[in-house]
Amino acid sequence: MIQFENVGLRYGLGPEVLSDLSFDVPANSFQFLTGPSGAGKTSLLRLMLMSLKPTRGVVRVFGKEASRIPRDAMPDIRRKVGVVFQDFRLLSHLTTYENVALPLKVLGKDEASYRTDVTELLKWVGLGERMHALPPVLSGGEKQRAAIARALIDQPKVLLADEPTGNVDPPMARRLLRLFIELHRSGTSVIIATHDMGLMDQYQARRLVLNEGRLQIYD
Amino acid sequence: MIDDDGGQADAARHEKPLFKSHSDDAQPASKRNIRTPSLTSGRNIVPREGVAGQALLTVIAIMAFLACLTLGAVFLVRDTAQGWQTDISREVTVQIRPYENVDMEQSIRAASSLLLTFDGVEKVTVLDDEASARLLEPFLGSGLQLDELPIPALLTVSVDQSKTLDYAAIAKTLSEEVPGASLDDHRSWVDRLNTMARTTVLGGVIVFILVMTATVLTVVFATRGAMAGNKDIVDVLHFVGADRVFIAREFEHHFLRLGLIGSLSGGIAAIFLFLALGVWSSTMKATPQADQMNALFGSFSIGGWGLFGIFLVAVGVAVLTGLTSRITVMRHVSQLETYGGRQKN
Ligand SMILES: Nc1ncnc2c1ncn2[C@@H]1O[C@H](COP(=O)(O)OP(=O)(O)O)[C@@H](O)[C@H]1O
Ligand SMILES: [Mg+2]
Repeated sequence: MIQFENVGLRYGLGPEVLSDLSFDVPANSFQFLTGPSGAGKTSLLRLMLMSLKPTRGVVRVFGKEASRIPRDAMPDIRRKVGVVFQDFRLLSHLTTYENVALPLKVLGKDEASYRTDVTELLKWVGLGERMHALPPVLSGGEKQRAAIARALIDQPKVLLADEPTGNVDPPMARRLLRLFIELHRSGTSVIIATHDMGLMDQYQARRLVLNEGRLQIYD
Repeated sequence: MIDDDGGQADAARHEKPLFKSHSDDAQPASKRNIRTPSLTSGRNIVPREGVAGQALLTVIAIMAFLACLTLGAVFLVRDTAQGWQTDISREVTVQIRPYENVDMEQSIRAASSLLLTFDGVEKVTVLDDEASARLLEPFLGSGLQLDELPIPALLTVSVDQSKTLDYAAIAKTLSEEVPGASLDDHRSWVDRLNTMARTTVLGGVIVFILVMTATVLTVVFATRGAMAGNKDIVDVLHFVGADRVFIAREFEHHFLRLGLIGSLSGGIAAIFLFLALGVWSSTMKATPQADQMNALFGSFSIGGWGLFGIFLVAVGVAVLTGLTSRITVMRHVSQLETYGGRQKN
């Protein structure tokens, strides 16, 4: 799905944040991306999202070299990649329902055609009662679940989640983890960036460990 | 902090909507069903208040007003100049200066019959003493005895405009046959008028283009501002896979609406101004100032075409506003979509 080949990244004239990364995110896989705070997890996710361009090396997404993908093909690729941002990025003037439905609306779909799907998913993540609420009145955990639901609604091929359990207590974290595992079982490649050891201990999965710009992989 | 439904974990494991088990600690169902809140906020993805500034609306209205005013003025000048021209070229004047030992009456008769031999000359009118006296009154005072003065005689010659008369030939024959006679075909006046009208129209067009350019630039800045103010929304739309066209449309319809309201109010204000000037000039007919204004500008009636033109300008400004914001957003989003184009953030 996503391949890195000798990828290096530096911000401006600063030191290399990531150096010489070569790895592969296979189809239908599940992995944790971990490392201490500031190790470059978010940066690595942004490279996968193609919102950052590496200083060196090659990033391939769905078999295509990122720098060769024509601009007009980008929206299609973005639709196949679900993202959960560390800060959720929900639109605060839209209801939870509308936020989650956004990826479908953006495709120009008629509301009637996705209404059931969205409400089902919202109920499934436990937001059935909060569909009509605006994000500012949601609790941290509810926002997190809304952000996750938005990333899942269009059944992406790859899901990138940045510290998706960062703002919730351990029981909620466990529950969200289960959601990702479920998604992985339905055929999506899942990458969860986290520095929460407790979370990783709950599920036996591949680990990509970042440390001082280098990546080690534990299968 | 314990999350409100954090205790009831593992929705996924049970594959059953949490919502069901959740409902018993919520309000009683009967109470809840009184008013089911809507799933949708009824708001745009890009909220109107984040874009539609009162200031921009005012600027667009002023720009549209100025554009319409310019257009109306151009119409006015063009129509009036045309009116002058037809008036002037419908008549030529022959002047016969008094000569020693020449009978004026006879000269007049000779000139008249000579003029009438030319094809295209319809009528020759002699300006009688009374009319001459009126013309000279501002210069020589009233109560003139014209008989005592060597006043030139004036003949007004009406011509058929469909025929092209060779004024040079007429003038030549006239001065040969009738002593002291000369022909004035107002050519130099017509030429000057033409030049003035053309200059004014050109000036109007330039002002019009400047106003339009300023409008476009204002909208470009406003759109950029709106996008900067809604950067989070643009980013989210971008990440959930919205293409340029979708994002542009979300901004465009705000600007189109703003442009429509602004430009129509500007256009209507301009139309009212012209109507008011028309009414004013017709009620003031009697006064010398109004006569002067009338002579210069006709009756301020810009006519049906003028009104239609103003309406077109208003619609044009609205469309231009929408289009400009669309192009600006498309450019911006294109940059986001370019690999490495977001490097700055
Ligand atoms: N936009 C940026 N500009 C400059 N430096 C940055 C930027 N984003 C991240 N960094 C730096 O890159 C390093 C890795 O950051 P980040 O990827 O956010 O790590 P993590 O997500 O693992 O905490 C940090 O040292 C951080 O200061
Ligand atoms: Mg981070």
